[in-house]
Amino acid sequence: MIAELGLAALWLAAALAALQLLGGILALRGGTESDIAGLTRPAAILQGGLVALSFGALLWVFAITDLSVKLVATNSHTMKPLIFKISGAWGNHEGSMLLWVTVMALAGALIAGIERRLPERTMQATLAAQGFVALGFYAFLLLSSNPFERLPQPATEGMGLNPLLQDIGLALHPPTLYFGYVGLSVAFSFAVGALLTRQVTPDFARAMRPWILGAWVFLTLGITAGSYWAYYELGWGGYWFWDPVENASLMPWLAATALLHSASVLASRDALRVWTIMLGVVAFSMSMLGTFLVRSGILTSVHAFAVDPERGSFILFLLAIYIGGALLLFALRAGAINEGERFSVASREGALVVNNVMLSAILAVVLLGTLYPLLTEAFDVRVSVGPPYFNPVGAIFAFPMLAVMAVGPLLRWRKDGFGRISKEIALVAAFLLAGIVLLGLLFGLAILPLLGLSFAIALAVASFLPLRGRKLRRVPIETWGMVVAHFGLAISLFGMASESAFTEEHLAALEEGGATSVGPWQVRLEAVEPVAGPNWTAIAGRMAVSYEGGEPQTIAPQSRNFWAPPQQTTESVLVTRWNGQLYAVMGADNRGGRYQLRLWWKPFVTFIWYGGLIIALGGILAIIGRVRGDLKRRIVRRKVAERRAEAEALA
Amino acid sequence: MSWRLWLPFMVFFGFLGLAAYQLSQPRDEFVKSAMVGQELPYFTLPAAVPDLPGANSEDFADGKPKLLNIWASWCLPCIAEAPQLEALKDEGVEIVGVAIRDKPEDIARFLSDHGNPYTRIGRDDLSEVQLGIGSSGVPETFVIDGKGRIAYQHIGDIRAEHVPILLEELRKAGR
Repeated sequence: MIAELGLAALWLAAALAALQLLGGILALRGGTESDIAGLTRPAAILQGGLVALSFGALLWVFAITDLSVKLVATNSHTMKPLIFKISGAWGNHEGSMLLWVTVMALAGALIAGIERRLPERTMQATLAAQGFVALGFYAFLLLSSNPFERLPQPATEGMGLNPLLQDIGLALHPPTLYFGYVGLSVAFSFAVGALLTRQVTPDFARAMRPWILGAWVFLTLGITAGSYWAYYELGWGGYWFWDPVENASLMPWLAATALLHSASVLASRDALRVWTIMLGVVAFSMSMLGTFLVRSGILTSVHAFAVDPERGSFILFLLAIYIGGALLLFALRAGAINEGERFSVASREGALVVNNVMLSAILAVVLLGTLYPLLTEAFDVRVSVGPPYFNPVGAIFAFPMLAVMAVGPLLRWRKDGFGRISKEIALVAAFLLAGIVLLGLLFGLAILPLLGLSFAIALAVASFLPLRGRKLRRVPIETWGMVVAHFGLAISLFGMASESAFTEEHLAALEEGGATSVGPWQVRLEAVEPVAGPNWTAIAGRMAVSYEGGEPQTIAPQSRNFWAPPQQTTESVLVTRWNGQLYAVMGADNRGGRYQLRLWWKPFVTFIWYGGLIIALGGILAIIGRVRGDLKRRIVRRKVAERRAEAEALA
Repeated sequence: MSWRLWLPFMVFFGFLGLAAYQLSQPRDEFVKSAMVGQELPYFTLPAAVPDLPGANSEDFADGKPKLLNIWASWCLPCIAEAPQLEALKDEGVEIVGVAIRDKPEDIARFLSDHGNPYTRIGRDDLSEVQLGIGSSGVPETFVIDGKGRIAYQHIGDIRAEHVPILLEELRKAGR
């Protein structure tokens, strides 16, 4: 019954999305006064409620493990802990698509409910675009991946969930990315709406900005969490593999970062109009492309569990009509939009343009590297593109961008000179050069880690320079957001460079009682013990580890065997100190009483993810600042309107 | 209207065509070596265990076809294929082992646990031979003809049903 209710709600929501699209189109052609056009906003709001109801129904059938529902029977198991039963609702294709439309419909409801700054025609066009995008996803769900499909005979037991996915980090990772993707879909709808009505104004950028910021924060968190998951769950000791699917999450982030900065220019200075629209389309394209690459299995990747070529075709079709349509519209309309205000090279806008160009170049580098195997395979050549391409080629654009990022925020809008900030430039350059010389002499590092560490130090200093000579309590929250986000990037960069410069690896085959060492750590394998879990058994290697001969502590990494479905995973153990992590992996194979151990000492590796969190915090501060500013402006506007009305009434 | 505004649309259109074409193609999970049919690249590898010689590319040009087995003591499928390599050795096939990123004591233990089908074993600590010959994983087995040319590539562990296939390939290579 609950499942049927969910399905009915989903169909109704799809009908409302169609109404939303129709209303928007009529408003564009006729005017915003017609009857159906008046229904656009209510349709969007009601649609949000219905999809939320539908998703609630899916959560419910998963929570009670209703095995007559096909999706539950194939993806869940009565023996799973409740939290993983519930997260199992979106740990599969159908459920994750439903989660996507749910978040998208709720976002649509929110803009329909509260966004009143833009001209009504632009708003109607935006909501029509949102309805159009949603309609595609409804079609996908209802026609080819119905999450509420019943089995003719209820199953006696579920078929489990991929054990790699039974992890709290991964239960949160896909939804986080989806929130990000959906935020970009809203930015996309705004961009299409503005293109349709040719109203590319600072108000448009202001309306779009919180959504970009929100999407960007979620993408940052999603990438950070996904990278940490890969780091400790896959047991390879790496945090980023330039895997197609990782790239698929990085590309929208790069586009969103560029969009964020260009929308700032548009909002403050009414410049970069066409470019902002283009980025709005590109950012969402990248998230759709990401979904396509993950689901279609067109490229080989660690995310192979989500693959289905037929669904790939459907997503490719959606990609074609959304992005193809938007780019066609762009080609037809963008010529009619003029570029907006001019500015000189040495200005805040100038720096932001450089930032945008560099980010776009990095995006192009990643996109090319990701799709290159697809291209060569068409000519029967199998290649795999990895770190030897991405790291150096990306770095060519990343380091100039970091340099501009250090000084750009110090420049004034419109027209400025570098002479005015020469002291600050000298300070940052001094830190950079000192870093390169000292670290180079002390450790003799390779070029990329050396530059990475030096730039990280210089950027960490530079990120606080915009606060110089200001009363800290009067600095706007959004400026704090920028400072914090830039500082976070420096921290993250420091972690990455340190990891690649100083990691020590040791592979050892130890008997019980045997000892070895890695970096400053002494490791003794005390005993190997069997362990049983709710749906797995494991061997655990109990070891005593001590840092530089200090107090030993006990850790027990496991090699686990799941039985539903049968699969082997490693549960690595991380010992975190402020200055790095010891990473220990237990191998399963026992050859003559010896056990394979893999040990890594990774100095400052945790900074990568701390940095990611700090960047996201910066984004959150920026949202708070912007939304507060918008609310204040709205209150002022209302008061002015009231006074004017009073004055008129008096007159 | 500027042609530049059409550029994103054109690029996207190109991508669409490519992706649609690739989606319609059957998936092939194996990475075939581009070196099949070509000369074995030059290499000399030091001995992996004291009682067997190392491996050189010149060893293969003695007129007799051989198997070149890429393996490692840390590789589980290599244990699974050990009996098949024994069977091939019993058929009189000469098998040269290339041990990938391995240690002499581990290699020795593997050979004493699972038997030694090899006449020579070279230590390839940098995977240079593996990469040079176009092997993307462990284990892989190559048929090398008497002139030192790579005649055939077998990807993955050798199962019982693969033994006759390899013998046939060796025969074709002039055994």
